[in-house]
Amino acid sequence: MRDYWRINQQRLAPVLFLMPGLLMFVVYVVIPIFQSVNISLYAWDGLGEKEYVGIANYVELMDDEAFYTSIKNNVIWLVLYMLAIPAGLFVALFLNQNVRGIRIYKSLFFFPFVISQVVVGLVFSWFYDPSYGLFNKVLGFFGADPMAILADEDWVTYGIIIAGLWPQTAYCMILYLTGLNAVDSEQIEAARLDNAKGLKLLWYIILPQLRPATFIAMVVTIIGALRSFDLVSIMTNGGPWGSSRVLAFYMYEQAFSEYGFRMGYGAAIAVVLLAIMMIYIVGFLYKMYRDERGY
Amino acid sequence: MFPRPIEKATPPARALYKIALPIALIIWLLPLLAVALTSLRSQADILNGNYWGWPTSFNMLENYTAIFENTPIGQYIFNSFRVTIPTVIGAVALSCMTGFALAVYKFKGNLLLFFLFVAGNFVPFQILMVPVRDFTVNLGIYNTISGLALFHIAFQTGFCTLFMRNFIKALPFELIEAARVEGVSEIRIFWYVVLPLMKPAIAALSVLIFTFIWNDYFWATVLTQGADTQPITAGLKSLNGQWLSSWHLISAGSILAAMPPVIMFFLMQRHFIAGLTLGAVK
Repeated sequence: MRDYWRINQQRLAPVLFLMPGLLMFVVYVVIPIFQSVNISLYAWDGLGEKEYVGIANYVELMDDEAFYTSIKNNVIWLVLYMLAIPAGLFVALFLNQNVRGIRIYKSLFFFPFVISQVVVGLVFSWFYDPSYGLFNKVLGFFGADPMAILADEDWVTYGIIIAGLWPQTAYCMILYLTGLNAVDSEQIEAARLDNAKGLKLLWYIILPQLRPATFIAMVVTIIGALRSFDLVSIMTNGGPWGSSRVLAFYMYEQAFSEYGFRMGYGAAIAVVLLAIMMIYIVGFLYKMYRDERGY
Repeated sequence: MFPRPIEKATPPARALYKIALPIALIIWLLPLLAVALTSLRSQADILNGNYWGWPTSFNMLENYTAIFENTPIGQYIFNSFRVTIPTVIGAVALSCMTGFALAVYKFKGNLLLFFLFVAGNFVPFQILMVPVRDFTVNLGIYNTISGLALFHIAFQTGFCTLFMRNFIKALPFELIEAARVEGVSEIRIFWYVVLPLMKPAIAALSVLIFTFIWNDYFWATVLTQGADTQPITAGLKSLNGQWLSSWHLISAGSILAAMPPVIMFFLMQRHFIAGLTLGAVK
């Protein structure tokens, strides 16, 4: 037995080391993905018998106005969330100096990312409050009428996205600060000797060197935008009249809420969300694969 | 360095920068500062709509004692720790092993398994929600701390494996080869050669996972209900419903909920940022 181990240990060791982690991951993540796809073909209240309905849930989605609202909002999230990347770069450039106390400034600017989105959501609900919120105080200062952003169908999603941009910008900022730390100073000096400066220097010399940071920032921002759930749930609960729903939230609402426990229908929404995300996941894996092969 | 160091700028520009820094910071953190200040306000201030002016009195002790006495916030915070700490230990321990296996050994399907962990880590939570809840109910651990922590451990193992594997891959492989030539067993190599070198990665992941799990809201609402098991994020949401417009109390609760990750971040800042920016530099 001992000899068998000694001779074969290089083949056995990986199995041994992988087993516990892989087992947990397969049980809790991999298998549920397939189960969800399967459940999306059933009508099920979560307790009773499942009834096979084929693609009926998906057919119903096609006619569901709330589903289109959610998709539309997801697209708005996706597009506007990307603003966190240039905004993060801007803040990083502003803070990339060596004055006294700058390290404290950098950490304090990073703060919004460390705190929970629940707290961010509460803070911003209050910021937008039509009677007391600072937002309306500012509007009032400029002579505008108060606006109940979170109760306004046309504005609510934008209001929530701005709340989301706050921590996300902090995240992108830290990525760029790290990236800026590593730019090649000789290249910059050389470019400066050639009289490159300002935006031109940034665009042609700095940004290409920041590409790894930009890539990570894009990945986390896209995933973050598509995962948006916490803020919607805290700030508006999907309202008013469902106008701030996103897919992640709508799915939750269908599966576990007073609207009834429609697990199958919820699962179908989740499958659509996964399909959208797969575009990015596959892209990310493809890039990783190329890096691994060293192309 | 880019942009050009401010020390080389003209004196007025330098002065301007030094003034701009604190102003920008205050604007950036204004929502948070307002909440901190409001958590000290009196009921009278709230009733009079004094949200943005200077508080007429400072009621720190009263407000914070009030939320501990009148609400289960202490229990919520305790629950958060009970979920977060085992998750950190579990996910980091599991991923030390999976990361080691994927970084050190060449076997068929290695890259495929690695990609499985990476892809799983990016899927939307909602695709897991119904089956995971069902599974947890069937195990009889729905609405328990362990039910929530077990899921978190499993899910975070994906991200942690990505992190650990890349970290170990960057270590000098000669160390392992040298140990093998000496006849050291694989398990001892893991324990005595590689693990000591992984301390920075373990530290970085621990703070990151602590923050992620502490701040988790979605799974807390899916897998737990009620004050006995819910962590502070979900607790805050239900307190928000009860308190309605008692903004001084909501603020105090928010500040409390934000504290542990903030303290963690300040204590372990270097590791935290190293973990978060993995891959941001080539």
